[in-house]
Amino acid sequence: MLGLGALPCAVQAMPDAARRDALVRLVRNDCGSCHGLRLTGGLGPPLTPAALGDRPAAALVQTIQQGRPGTAMPPWRELLSDDEAAWIVEQLQAGFPDAR
Amino acid sequence: MRADVLLLVFLLLTGCAAPPLRGTGDLGVVVERATGSLQVVDTTHGTSLGRIEGLGDLSHASVSFSRDGRHAYVFGRDGGLSRVDLLTRRVTHRVIQGGNSIGGAISQDGRLIAVANYTPGGVRIFAAEDLRLLADIPAVGADGRPSKVVGLVDAPGQRFVFSLFEAGEIWVADLADAQRPVLHKYLNVGREPYDGMISADGRFYAAGLFGEDGVALLDLWHPEAGVRRVLAGVGRKGEKLPVFKMPHLEGWANTGNLLVLPEVGRHEVVLADARNWQEIARVPVAGQVVFAVASPTGRHVWLNFALPHNDTVQVLDVETRRIVATLKPGRAVLHMEFTPRGEAVWLSCRDDDAVRIYDPITFRRLGELPAASPSGIFFTARANRIGL
Repeated sequence: MLGLGALPCAVQAMPDAARRDALVRLVRNDCGSCHGLRLTGGLGPPLTPAALGDRPAAALVQTIQQGRPGTAMPPWRELLSDDEAAWIVEQLQAGFPDAR
Repeated sequence: MRADVLLLVFLLLTGCAAPPLRGTGDLGVVVERATGSLQVVDTTHGTSLGRIEGLGDLSHASVSFSRDGRHAYVFGRDGGLSRVDLLTRRVTHRVIQGGNSIGGAISQDGRLIAVANYTPGGVRIFAAEDLRLLADIPAVGADGRPSKVVGLVDAPGQRFVFSLFEAGEIWVADLADAQRPVLHKYLNVGREPYDGMISADGRFYAAGLFGEDGVALLDLWHPEAGVRRVLAGVGRKGEKLPVFKMPHLEGWANTGNLLVLPEVGRHEVVLADARNWQEIARVPVAGQVVFAVASPTGRHVWLNFALPHNDTVQVLDVETRRIVATLKPGRAVLHMEFTPRGEAVWLSCRDDDAVRIYDPITFRRLGELPAASPSGIFFTARANRIGL
């Protein structure tokens, strides 16, 4: 509990198993349409641990939720909660799981 | 007795090795995105003939066909270029030709395959018969920066046309001598062209712009006139809806004199006059359109949508300019392909692991085939069309 305060991006409410599967599919397929099915990059940059590992998680969550104005990266907050975006960032930085 | 058995074995062996004697005009392929495989399908019987595996990363994969309709050229995201035989259902040739590719095209005479690459950005030209490399065209803009190549299409006169995303240029490569491409470059066509298409007659090349409004248009009958900006009202100006998936321009439906274009960042399609590229009307639709595909009859245009509306398909009647049907074919409808004369339309429903076949007149479902995360559906009739 004490530790959580020091990690502003720690996942507060982990998505349940069914939702995690849906999020993995979303990232693999829908993020993948720009970033590559294997997330190694396309029109958008790579989302591999090598590319993202040392970036602050909070900034990555913000990029997902608010997009990058002036680029093709849209804000996803309409489709994802902040907790879900934080869970996705955690997975991306660790090495993203494969879709079922 | 012994001789009879040998003869039988011989006949069985040779019989198995030879491809079935049949045409390919009613065949096609379904891309199975996650597993890197293709299914070969028969549109007369609504069946799958088998699977071709080992094709690498097929996210965003596209396919062109040899002019005899027997071979499919598969352009994979991992830079893989594969030539597959629809009759034997084998990969005849495969090369990893680049690091990250986005699509390809076959030349007017069917002898050359061009592949567009993101990294390193450029176009590579291969012999269609055996995929040997013939020419390499690095995409370095006038500013010296390497660019991603998008919107690669074939054009009459043994040419390929494509756009440079970062540099904002359109290039026409003349491959009359396949090993010595002659390039004609159009600079400053607009910010960030993200995709391109060529009209069905091969006259107009249009590039959609992400970085500003409007469409960059090159009239290949009058290339000396240069690239001009048309459809100034099309684009993302102002605060608009988020775009979770960019529209595909290959899907710009051309029905007679009418173009139907997906608007970017708005839930609308734009109807434009295909002769002068002037906007005529807008029709509100269910979401951000990804593909607008005209029926071969030209009467209807089928529309699919980006998240969160990707379970929906709408049908636009071009005569009345009204939506005449709203369907829910399944989860994540990624692509739509009509049979050559339009008696059926096949839809890939990725998250249902199914391809669903619809009657385009009654809008009733005719059948279904299982497929692993299906994305693109490509029928061999594309072999005979400019720009596909």
